Amino acid sequence: MRFAVLVFPGSNCDYDAYHVVRQVLGERAEFIWHREASLDGFDVVIIPGGFSYGDYLRTGAIASLSPIMEAVRQFASAGGLVLGICNGFQILIEAGLLPGALISNSGLRFISRQIYLQPEGSGDPFTAGLDTGRSYAMPIAHQAGNYLVSPQELEQLEKNEQIAFRYVTAVGERTPDANPNGSSANIAGVLNREKNIMGMMPHPERAAEAVLGSVDGLALFESIIGRS
Amino acid sequence: MIAHVYITPKEGILDPQGETVGQALRNLGIDKVAAVRVGKYIEIDLPGMARAGAEKVTREACERLLVNPNIESYTFEVVKGD
Repeated sequence: MRFAVLVFPGSNCDYDAYHVVRQVLGERAEFIWHREASLDGFDVVIIPGGFSYGDYLRTGAIASLSPIMEAVRQFASAGGLVLGICNGFQILIEAGLLPGALISNSGLRFISRQIYLQPEGSGDPFTAGLDTGRSYAMPIAHQAGNYLVSPQELEQLEKNEQIAFRYVTAVGERTPDANPNGSSANIAGVLNREKNIMGMMPHPERAAEAVLGSVDGLALFESIIGRS
Repeated sequence: MIAHVYITPKEGILDPQGETVGQALRNLGIDKVAAVRVGKYIEIDLPGMARAGAEKVTREACERLLVNPNIESYTFEVVKGD
């Protein structure tokens, strides 16, 4: 499969994603600068983490207006897979491609540590190969990862099976303590209605090799390429 | 004209910064403070525009970029520049 890894001024997880796709998965990957306007020929688009445009105005707000985002919109409406990680999730939210909002962590701090998350089994290609009874260890590293939806929107997300991941404990309990940032209903990742766009705050690309302390993130990439 | 845009976290949206600043003010003994909300102030230069036009442009700027209506509310005023 051919992956596009988008690069904005301030992206800093772009090489990590590119490395996982090429070196760990053995698939094709190319960096695509945000001023470009086409994603022709790609199967998957990764919008990586970082601090695009220095988080000016709101996280992801300026990047969501870059020329490449119109191409992402067309790519997604034609059924292409789009994965936004951390700042990439924030950009997809600001672009209106995913529901809800991401605001400052409830504890106000930048949090960089390992957490556990559990897939909901929502019938999406990103988590199709994952086990809904398992807790997956991945790191988070963010200041604005507090996912916010109204109770009505939450009901819609649950009804449409648009929740991809929730924060849980190591043994899979969805408790307030397992929720690192105050997110509504422990939500760590969401899908669009068509389930070909996913945004998540945790970093699967930083948990794809044993040397990094966890290989749990690799399952997600393998799921995308249908290898699990 | 110059637009002064005031953006604040929407009522009911968690504002940890505002809560922390409010607590700090009360710690200082400024104890009449009931609540604080911390937002943003943006100035936009709109030279050569009449008031109605400047208001229209400012509203469009707020709705299309400056404000996220899911979490923020805004007000603005348009004043004469130099």
